[in-house]
Amino acid sequence: MAQVSDKPKFVTREEVKMPPLKELTSMRDKIAPGHRLCTGCVAGTILRQMFMAAEAADYTLIIANATGCVEVCTSIYPYTSWKVPWIHNAFENAAATITGVEAAYKALKKKGMLPSDKKVKFVALAGDGGTYDIGFQSLSGAFERNHDFIYVCYDNEAYMNTGIQRSSATPRHASTTTQPAGKVIPGKPQPKKWMPEIAVAHGIPYVAQLAPSNFNDFFKKFTKALNTEGPSYLNIFCTCPRGWRAKEEEGILISKLAVETNYWPLFEVENGSWKINYKPKERKSVVEFLKKQGRFKHMFKSGNEHLIEELQQDVDKRWERLLKLEQL
Amino acid sequence: MKGWKNLEIGAVITEPGSSTVYKTGEWRAWRPVFQRENCIDCMICWVFCPDSSIIVEDNKVVAIDYEHCKGCGICAFECPKSKGDNESKKALIMKPEYLFREED
Repeated sequence: MAQVSDKPKFVTREEVKMPPLKELTSMRDKIAPGHRLCTGCVAGTILRQMFMAAEAADYTLIIANATGCVEVCTSIYPYTSWKVPWIHNAFENAAATITGVEAAYKALKKKGMLPSDKKVKFVALAGDGGTYDIGFQSLSGAFERNHDFIYVCYDNEAYMNTGIQRSSATPRHASTTTQPAGKVIPGKPQPKKWMPEIAVAHGIPYVAQLAPSNFNDFFKKFTKALNTEGPSYLNIFCTCPRGWRAKEEEGILISKLAVETNYWPLFEVENGSWKINYKPKERKSVVEFLKKQGRFKHMFKSGNEHLIEELQQDVDKRWERLLKLEQL
Repeated sequence: MKGWKNLEIGAVITEPGSSTVYKTGEWRAWRPVFQRENCIDCMICWVFCPDSSIIVEDNKVVAIDYEHCKGCGICAFECPKSKGDNESKKALIMKPEYLFREED
């Protein structure tokens, strides 16, 4: 277990300097191409940006991957796309697996069997299914035991790998294969579970929400998580062109729109104190974000205007709550 | 691809990043065509490419890795020099793959 002082010190955002992209291009990707993620899958971009930040800070990542798109697509036998130590165990226990690896690493280091000067960070990598639903108990346990690791959730808002089934991360009124929009229900009736606040409730040192379109913010937050002793939780927006019925080239655009409409606010929480990192000057209507995606197509039929209204209310309510939390 | 007789015992994969030999470029329906003379080397395409397919050498974008590029078009869509209609001024243009297949 990590020996964390009551108030771990943070690298401030100002201290994290992102080098110009040009300088970062000399680094080698730790995720090899040839993985079978769908055309236009933004998870590939997220992985690359993760390794970009880790390489710049001279950290080696050791990854435990929960079952999901990334796990399946990067490890099709007889190939692997990973150039770092990587383990897959099961769907529900990525966090438990990585905490075991972390504890073993510490023990071996103590015995002098592993070098003590190497900068290593342990990462549990899971989709929203492996985080919000199936992996939730092991994630909660790992946070409570205060292991030194980063939990990275790439949130594509449904079980995409198995065929777009709804998860608790699916937003209200999105059409999925298990709750398709039709005569009886207009897609998923329940709103999206707000995982970051649940993570904050564990009292862990660092929680942040990221989007790959804002790579500068992404870089800073990932670097901060690397430098945080104890558990960090990163919730990352991940466009899924297949599952969201979106155009392949618009993955990053949708991510931008999610940030600009406050659907996916960028914030961070250090030791329980909230800070919004980006406040759009003029908040766009959530319609801008919805109309790019076929999963919300039914909301634009005449007579369904109230559906858009309801989703807008969900977004506004969350934003207002965020503003209040920031004042605490 | 290796036959079963050549595989390691215990399904061990001995080479990191070995998926490089799998050519996902075969999936491509649209091909990003790179016009070096219009590129300003902002690296926006490089940072967003999901398939590590923008080849950069000495701080300059030099080519596209057609062996792995799946043709999603994020690079051309996000490229600040590829807006508008004038193709001759764009740095990245998406063209149908069939136009190139015979060349390969």
